[in-house]
Amino acid sequence: MTPQGHDARPAALADAHQSTRDGALLRGVQACRDFVKQVLIIAWIETRKIKRDPTELVTRAIQPILWLCIFGVVMNRARAIPTGSLSYLDFMVPGILSQSVLFIAIFYGIALIWERDLGLLHKFLVSPAYRGALVTGKAISAGLRAMSQAIIVSLLGLLMGAHLNFSPVAIMGMLLFIVLGAAIFSTFSLVIACIVKTRERFMGIGQVLTMPLFFASNAIYPLSLMPAWLKLVARINPLTYQVDALRTLMIRGGQSSMGISLDLGVELLVLIGLIMLGSWMYPKAIR
Amino acid sequence: MNPLETTPDKARPVVAEAIRTEGLARSFGDLLAVDHLDLSIPTGSIFGLLGPNGAGKTTTIKMLTTLLEPTSGHATVAGFDVQRQPREVRRAIGYVPQLLSVDGTLTGRENLIVFARLYSVPRQERIRRIEQALEMIGLTDAADTLVKRYSGGMIRRLEIAQAILHRPTVLFLDEPTVGLDPVARRAVWDHVKELQTSFGATILLTTHYMEEAEMLCDQVAIMHQGKVVALGSPDQLKSEADEAETLDDAFVFFAGSSIDTGGTYRDTARTRRTARRLG
Ligand SMILES: Nc1ncnc2c1ncn2[C@@H]1O[C@H](COP(=O)(O)OP(=O)(O)OP(=O)(O)O)[C@@H](O)[C@H]1O
Ligand SMILES: [Mg+2]
Repeated sequence: MTPQGHDARPAALADAHQSTRDGALLRGVQACRDFVKQVLIIAWIETRKIKRDPTELVTRAIQPILWLCIFGVVMNRARAIPTGSLSYLDFMVPGILSQSVLFIAIFYGIALIWERDLGLLHKFLVSPAYRGALVTGKAISAGLRAMSQAIIVSLLGLLMGAHLNFSPVAIMGMLLFIVLGAAIFSTFSLVIACIVKTRERFMGIGQVLTMPLFFASNAIYPLSLMPAWLKLVARINPLTYQVDALRTLMIRGGQSSMGISLDLGVELLVLIGLIMLGSWMYPKAIR
Repeated sequence: MNPLETTPDKARPVVAEAIRTEGLARSFGDLLAVDHLDLSIPTGSIFGLLGPNGAGKTTTIKMLTTLLEPTSGHATVAGFDVQRQPREVRRAIGYVPQLLSVDGTLTGRENLIVFARLYSVPRQERIRRIEQALEMIGLTDAADTLVKRYSGGMIRRLEIAQAILHRPTVLFLDEPTVGLDPVARRAVWDHVKELQTSFGATILLTTHYMEEAEMLCDQVAIMHQGKVVALGSPDQLKSEADEAETLDDAFVFFAGSSIDTGGTYRDTARTRRTARRLG
């Protein structure tokens, strides 16, 4: 630190005011950059893991295949569910894609418990990284993992004769909503993991949660078929908004029943809320 | 006011005491795991916390590393208050937990990259420090192997390398040699000594092994049921404990028979698990 000359002082005082304000701004920008960098590092770890263990991606494909090939085929033939101008298959493909994203994401919290038991979590929490960045990084990681499902389900849908929309905008939009959906449910899962703390209890709760989330949504039947109370539940279920967006984007002639900007708005708000909650709970996972 | 002084940039204050605690305490329900601890650890020294399972060593380290809120009392690390300036503390310290802290599904080098980046080590510097760290711990050849194929000794060495990439001024090592064979243990000792001499780091380590404390530590505190029951250099402790031949004898003298103090079921399960993972 260079000491200032005596007569330079008044001037220095005057700009000190300005420079602290600039300083605050600069620090704010720096903080944002650090935050983004830290998110990317956490997501980078996931890309390494995905690359090394692609078998998991294959096993994850089995469930959507069964749903589409069995449930989808039967219901398509039965025409038991009124789906407006869309065929049941077209109606269902985005629903099953959302479902498999949900299933990947909802058990994501188990990784937190695993990392806590090992000691990895301690190490991350002792680093100066923002808690929010660690949690957001995990959310994006789940999103990356879920993207493989988009490819698998789209290919399968195509083979079965679904009318998919392959415009670049539609594809980008679809990926965006998949990452958003996976981020939401994985962060939800992380919050649950912070609360229940053990693997056994977590697995139990995960099972209990997935089915209601899936059935109380528009994934495999439209909201109009539901009794009023269930409709209400479906309306507060983020999965409903994800399915609605995917149905609009992925399917030729697909129409949003809620409006895609509402879908996006709801998903973003829920995600931000969950990330804030998760960042607060994350350090408490340590025992 | 000198405007230059308002940039509190990462300048680390030089303090005579790297770690200072006053009445630091933590309880879990009824259990007082750390009972009003007053420690003063001079900068540049190696300090050992000895004690049987469940003595409160790890709980102490968790409070000093900002992982756990103290129930009462104060602590400063590298001149920063652990409760009021946790981010500054985190930037200044390195930590090797009692459990595992490297990711088995990544390579050794990737593990180092992740932490160098989380600590914002600039790119050029990062590459240099990672190479240097790999060389120092003798893992250059294994750098691109997945860590799950490493031996326990290699893992510990990697963890130490990972903890010093950002050049911490205070380093916490929680049972750095538990579960290691004698050769690997000796290698870890050499590295710990080297960290003290080449980086001037202050090191707080916990251990159950008296010879380790004797080899490494300038000062040791023997902890028992959350309290420090004896404090001094290894030689001082031996002479205080009825002229004990070894530090082991001194330990038994101060901590009572170590057999019936052995900690809870959970402590035992955890220690065994750690040992198994590393061994
Ligand atoms: N999260 C927790 N909840 C309840 N009790 C805890 C918790 N963490 C530690 N304890 C208890 O606090 C006491 C001190 O534990 P601590 O882990 O600090 O001991 P330690 O000296 O590190 O032992 P070890 O040598 O086994 O590692 C033990 O009795 C332990 O059971
Ligand atoms: Mg311990």
